Amino acid sequence: MKTNYDLVVIGGGSAGLAAAISAYDHGIKDILLLEAEAHLGGILLQCIHNGFGLHEFKEQLTGPEYAERFANQLIERKIEYKTDTLVLEIKEDKTVIYSNKEDGLVEVKAQAIILATGCLERTRGAINTPGDRPSGVITAGLAQKYLNIDGYLVGKRVFILGSGDIGLIMARRMTLEGAKVLGVAEIMPYSNGLNRNIVQCLHDFNIPLYLSHTVTNIIGKDKLEKVVIAKVDENFNPIKGTEKEFQVDTLLLSVGLIPLNGLLDKVNVPTHPRTRGALVSQNLETMKEGIFSCGNVLHVHDLVDFVTKEGRKAGYGAATYLKGKMHKKGRRIITRNKSGVSYVVPYYIDVENILDNLVELNFRVTKPFEKTRLIVKLDDKEIKNIFKLHMLPSEMESVLIEKEILMNSNAKEITLEIKEG
Amino acid sequence: MYDILIIGGGVIGCFIARELAKYQAKIILLEKNNDVCSETSNANSAIIHSGYDPLPNTLKARLNVLSNPLFDQVCKDLDVSFIRNGSLTIALNEEEVETLYELKERAKVNGVEVEILDKEEVLKREPNLSDKVLKALYAPTCAIINPFELTIGLMENAMDNGVELALNSKVVAIAYKDNYFTVTCENNKTYQTKTIINAAGVYADEVAALINDTSFKIKARKGSYFVLDHFDNNFVKHTLFRVPTSKGKGVVITPTTHYNYLIGPSSDFIDAKDDTSTEKEVLDAVKERANSIIEKIPYNQVIRTFSGLRAVSNTDDFIIDYSIVNKQFINVAGIQSPGLAASCGIANMVRDLVLKLHPYEMNPKFNPKRRKMIKLSRMSLEERNNLIKENPTFGRIVCRCEKVSEGEIIDCIRRNAGANSVKGVKKRVRPGFGKCQGTFCQPHVVKILARELNIKEHEVVYDNLGSYLIKYQTKLGEKSED
Repeated sequence: MKTNYDLVVIGGGSAGLAAAISAYDHGIKDILLLEAEAHLGGILLQCIHNGFGLHEFKEQLTGPEYAERFANQLIERKIEYKTDTLVLEIKEDKTVIYSNKEDGLVEVKAQAIILATGCLERTRGAINTPGDRPSGVITAGLAQKYLNIDGYLVGKRVFILGSGDIGLIMARRMTLEGAKVLGVAEIMPYSNGLNRNIVQCLHDFNIPLYLSHTVTNIIGKDKLEKVVIAKVDENFNPIKGTEKEFQVDTLLLSVGLIPLNGLLDKVNVPTHPRTRGALVSQNLETMKEGIFSCGNVLHVHDLVDFVTKEGRKAGYGAATYLKGKMHKKGRRIITRNKSGVSYVVPYYIDVENILDNLVELNFRVTKPFEKTRLIVKLDDKEIKNIFKLHMLPSEMESVLIEKEILMNSNAKEITLEIKEG
Repeated sequence: MYDILIIGGGVIGCFIARELAKYQAKIILLEKNNDVCSETSNANSAIIHSGYDPLPNTLKARLNVLSNPLFDQVCKDLDVSFIRNGSLTIALNEEEVETLYELKERAKVNGVEVEILDKEEVLKREPNLSDKVLKALYAPTCAIINPFELTIGLMENAMDNGVELALNSKVVAIAYKDNYFTVTCENNKTYQTKTIINAAGVYADEVAALINDTSFKIKARKGSYFVLDHFDNNFVKHTLFRVPTSKGKGVVITPTTHYNYLIGPSSDFIDAKDDTSTEKEVLDAVKERANSIIEKIPYNQVIRTFSGLRAVSNTDDFIIDYSIVNKQFINVAGIQSPGLAASCGIANMVRDLVLKLHPYEMNPKFNPKRRKMIKLSRMSLEERNNLIKENPTFGRIVCRCEKVSEGEIIDCIRRNAGANSVKGVKKRVRPGFGKCQGTFCQPHVVKILARELNIKEHEVVYDNLGSYLIKYQTKLGEKSED
């Protein structure tokens, strides 16, 4: 069995597939891609609705169609991959330990690693929803998997907590399968999902969206019987007297996603307190040389097209590193989020190794903004002042910075902030 | 006709079953839930207390102190996770320091080894503790245990040695005639037995009332907890108590045998004996109390909250005796904290009560060991690969968070007292215990359970009968009905 590879890609979803293909196209042929589930494609396989690929292919594909195009590209290039294979550990020396039925427990030595393990859904425990512990309280993504992959409907009277996109998609999907969706509660005063999903999944089916509401009680001995929601004040505390009860057999949770980066624990890679993904350069290299991170394990994306793009960037970065073309690390410009910006990815710009003419900074805003300006500063010097008509926390924003400006500056920090008015 | 019928499959009932399996008696255990270890034994602090705390001359004190050293052997025989990590009882002010010295005296009377440590030593042992700590009472014999593994391991071993188990068997009537009892369950099954042992936890008074024994009352006291992920094996090493007040042991911060951390419990009497809900205000109060001993608890690592009920008798001590109504009926009631820690001694005491009634012969074939659990996590690379070669299901890791293989899940289903639900699998081998809380592994666990139990996937339950996960089929053309 082969136990040495130039590049090991962990995760065969949209990020991992794009990363492996891109590394290959940039000259790295000795690649192993490892996927935990039975098929390539990751979470896309259960996203049977359309709307994928608008940026990438200029057409609307379903999740499985989108995944298939990249899986085919991987197979055409004869890149080695293993499914039903879980990576258990990455060591500091870039040893990757995986396990599956055929090979057993195997240690492979990689020269570079791309981590593309995606994210997990926040659960009831993570948000401490009070009440009983019956069955029928389930994350939206798991309900989606049961419905779209396995062919099971988890319940027929449904309430949804959280207006994340998966919850919205599932409101429509379960309605189409004959379930009654009684409402969606969102603790924020605005929705956390894409606007098009609010319209197409809730409005079109007359499903009420309760903004500034949360679930305050879950009732049911063995099986869910009832949920209670209440309006919240500006500190997100439930307001007494505003309770509403819903007789339901299912509560779907769509309350956020967390990067699944437990594999970084033993490698001592620092993570971002807000995104909980690794701190990376613009080439998506973590603070550990030769270990890259991309896709939802780095920060949670709203569109798969952007995940693909990020995966490619990681593949390109890893290929450059493997060919020995990365320069010794020199000056860093740290990215900073100020007023109105909740986080910026990458964490820093590795000035000696800017591979393209433009450096893309991704960010999210802290709340919905209208008619504002995005200000980008290198230390105190303003380098961008861009008018923005709309910005929403649910939609990732980006800004491009010219390589030349960065090369010619001695700045230590690059700051993004939103100016109103 | 059974010789002995035990009502209740918590740690007490299961321990008694396993202890009595050492004798030549025909024994059955009835459990009202779909699995053993489903109520109090399933939701507690998982601590084998040293025994310094209970008031001297109580059954609590005597049985706790007697039991504590016995757990090493029991856990070895049953392959149960058990760590003697020692406890530190923390004093934050002068008054509490005084209490520590009183507790030290009490420990002496109870016969428990303790030591008072000064601030410097305490902080050296637990660097994450609050700087406000003045002194701590160190009890080296305090230990942590996996209560699911213990309870299930006891039942499995009891069954290996001939004890029968009936699940989903809630006792609703008991009649006594011609020197034997007829026990009727809600499912209309009846059992004849010469002796009954009432280990029905918070319901022990209701079960005793079925033979008109109303000599005691059980109230339920609820304790709520936070569970933290295993983010750092060194966050807390000892079991930490804040000096107790009249409300009990106060707050506990403790590692579990799998390096999760438990923070809790609250302590409130409740009316409904099936109310294991959690409330925000109660958990907020737990947080506040916990923060007094460790200021920087990473609550973003919380993966679950839960509540458990303690059976508190009107005597406030354990009640372990023949019923005043009928000597063939033995009450084992009011087993609140330190019930888990005293369970070994309780089982021995009940055994003696039974033998006094009927001096059963020893069972010469009794084997105290259950077949070792197959735990990949404690095998070397070579051992694992040999196992996978023999049985490839051990190569397929189903639970990403806790790294549990398909083979381990199959094994826990196929054993005596084996898992028959998603939660049953979780209690035995941990898939669903991690950060994702089963989001990734649950569909796989459902498939494995359906295959092993020879049922349809949509018939698999989460826990009790009726707790369906995926009730309705959408793709097969046949619809399951409400």
